[in-house]
Amino acid sequence: MATAEDVVLEARGITKIFGNHTALKGVDISFRRGEVHALLGENGAGKSTLIKILTGAYTPDGGTIELEGQPVSFTTPQQAQALGIGTVYQEVNLLPNMTVSDNLFIGRQPSAFGMVNRSATDAMARTVLAQYGLDIDVRAELSTYSVAIQQIVAIARAVELSGKVLILDEPTASLDRHEVEKLFEIIRTLKARGLAIVFITHFLDQVFELSDRVTVLRNGFRVGSEPVSALDRTGLVRMMLGKDLVHHNNGPVDGEPDGGDVLMSVRQLGLTGSVLPLDLEIRKGEVVGVAGLLGSGRTEMARLMFGIDVADNGALHIDGESRVVRSAREAVSLGFGFCPEDRKADGIFGDLSVRENIVIAMQARLGWFRALNRDEQLEIAGNFIEALDIRTASAELPVKLLSGGNQQKVILARWLATDPRFLILDEPTRGIDVGAHAEIVRMISRLREDGLALVVISSELDEIVSYSSRVVVMRDRALVAELRGADITPSRIVQAIAGQGVENVA
Amino acid sequence: MNPRYRPLAATTLIFIVAYALCIMQYPSMWSTRVLGNFLTDNAFLGIAAVGATFVIISGGIDLSVGAVVGLAGVLSAVLITKLGLHPLLAFAIVLFVASAFGAGMGAAIHFLRVPPFIVTLAGMFMARGVASILTQDSIPIDHEFYRTISSLYYLLPGGGRLSVIGLLMLLVFLVGGVIAHKTRFGSYVYALGGNPTSAALMGVPVGFTTIAIYALGSFLGGLAGIVYSLYTSSGYPLAAVGMELDAIAAVVIGGTLLTGGYGFIFGTLIGVMLQGLVQTYIVFDGTLSSWWTKIAIGLLLFMFILLQKLVFSAQGRRTRLQKVPA
Repeated sequence: MATAEDVVLEARGITKIFGNHTALKGVDISFRRGEVHALLGENGAGKSTLIKILTGAYTPDGGTIELEGQPVSFTTPQQAQALGIGTVYQEVNLLPNMTVSDNLFIGRQPSAFGMVNRSATDAMARTVLAQYGLDIDVRAELSTYSVAIQQIVAIARAVELSGKVLILDEPTASLDRHEVEKLFEIIRTLKARGLAIVFITHFLDQVFELSDRVTVLRNGFRVGSEPVSALDRTGLVRMMLGKDLVHHNNGPVDGEPDGGDVLMSVRQLGLTGSVLPLDLEIRKGEVVGVAGLLGSGRTEMARLMFGIDVADNGALHIDGESRVVRSAREAVSLGFGFCPEDRKADGIFGDLSVRENIVIAMQARLGWFRALNRDEQLEIAGNFIEALDIRTASAELPVKLLSGGNQQKVILARWLATDPRFLILDEPTRGIDVGAHAEIVRMISRLREDGLALVVISSELDEIVSYSSRVVVMRDRALVAELRGADITPSRIVQAIAGQGVENVA
Repeated sequence: MNPRYRPLAATTLIFIVAYALCIMQYPSMWSTRVLGNFLTDNAFLGIAAVGATFVIISGGIDLSVGAVVGLAGVLSAVLITKLGLHPLLAFAIVLFVASAFGAGMGAAIHFLRVPPFIVTLAGMFMARGVASILTQDSIPIDHEFYRTISSLYYLLPGGGRLSVIGLLMLLVFLVGGVIAHKTRFGSYVYALGGNPTSAALMGVPVGFTTIAIYALGSFLGGLAGIVYSLYTSSGYPLAAVGMELDAIAAVVIGGTLLTGGYGFIFGTLIGVMLQGLVQTYIVFDGTLSSWWTKIAIGLLLFMFILLQKLVFSAQGRRTRLQKVPA
């Protein structure tokens, strides 16, 4: 068992501030030789910021880092690498156009008189990969191999270069079951060789299967750091979502849960590698809350419903008729709207004005030959700015200058302008301040009363409980529970996410 | 065969078939005389195209090559005829100026994070402008050294002449091939073209490599300008206008991916030769407008871009299929 002397890398009081947002607040963490340390937390918890500090991509605003007892500071990933900290990112950060041996040894190839000795490089590459049980053609381009093999090459490279601490940032996100097992075998071998391994994942099963110790971050704080043996699944989910399970039983939302007509019903809808087949009905005048950890398939489900991804299994009925929604454009013509999770990347057009951002979906629906003139646009935008209380100096202000909450309202206004029947909101309250948060929650309830069907994905359990008529829970890419009525409580949801003691009510 | 070699194989095959067709129509095209002239007439384009190959493999583009060729020619002419320098000294100065010019563009691309398209477009105007300030007219170079070089050739069996500049082009291709495929610097060039972010994370000296690539491109542009001045025995500020596009066309027809990361120096040689073949055919025919060359090159270029698209999307599909769980 690892002891205090085995600590390889130790960080104390790590603080990182971006503008007026504090991403990490005094986080302590230590990694030990021969130990797999899982780092958990929802989006925005500060995991990636912490990793970037430990690998030299960011410089901390406070705190100290010690490597084998010596204080260190690094400003580039290369420096961290040279000191012994290697990282493998989720999207393999290698060169797909070059050979496997180039990828392992670029810049370090054995050479004479300026000429690279290719056969010696290839032989070295084969020797290195043999340690990982990999016998492949090292002269073939990396892109000709599967993601799993690319991942192993990336690990081999990081271990070769660094050899003390290996950070794996969601290495299993795009691997299948068999490949994950192979990867775990390799991680266990490296652990036995005495590396400190940091493992970031969203899959709780994998945490229990592989890790010795777990650290959970939430909102930039360290919630706790425990040996895995001291934890159960519910305890872990509770740490991640920060639920005090005694309170918060608000009771179900008023109104008849099964009252409205069925707007959309899906039967065994799924997409290989994305979402397992699931059944769900969505009625007019109800909010279906979707709970689940990041990576549980909640966003993927929404993408299927909106036609961004096309299902390869099952059927989708809209107003009782079988339909295939092949594109977002088709979904919009059916009266659907979708506010994505990452509004900066997928949602807003930062340089366009508030007015332009609001009318764009409506204009797309009208077609380009029925252009709205400027006065019409201003009137529509003005109405929504007033109705949703969007705080902006003028309708002509670029949207990127607005606060997060107001940007969110602009996106909401954009879809409401198309007069939708069905809205999907993915994490509508992420990263916005408390006041705006409450307003968005009120707005969701108001839209439900107006007869819209809504699907709202959120990590905030209190929030889901407060507005949902029904709650579905996703875990490991499958819909695992449907809660209604008195069952809609944070504690029931946490249990369902953790997969303990909940029978499928649906 | 590795699918990456397909565009190169296709180019080579097309060249052989096209040449065979030309010979069937004009049997006299099958002679070392024609081959020798191929090399001589396209020497400056070939040399510049080697530089363009490096730039394009690294994921960049160099629009200034033609202007650098013009500037190098004019500068050589001015240094030799107006200042009375020996041509070899003049060449050394020209090559130094050209390399520094390219290094400057590379530095701007790397440090200011301006896209190569914009930086080299500015470079194109600057080089062409400087050349035109040096002189408005064509300056004839009448020097013993030039006469000697022009008269030197290696007599091929069959009466063809392998001129000094033709030989120089072959040498540049050879050295370029070794640098691209056998050295660390070469692997850095491919790495940049593959993914500059990954390359930086993997410890590739991105700044040095970028600067060196554009310096090399302009160095070869300068060398092409010197060759052009030897070929025409003059320096003219409006020489080789638009040649950068011919060079880029030769690179792409030679199987190099315009988005970077894949390519072969040898392919560029075939690309240059294919352009030369079309020109020679038009000369033999005698009735066709020389603009047909452009049309033929345009069609070839389009065909090759299409071919690459097909090859690479087929590759992508295969990689995705491998990911599907067993």
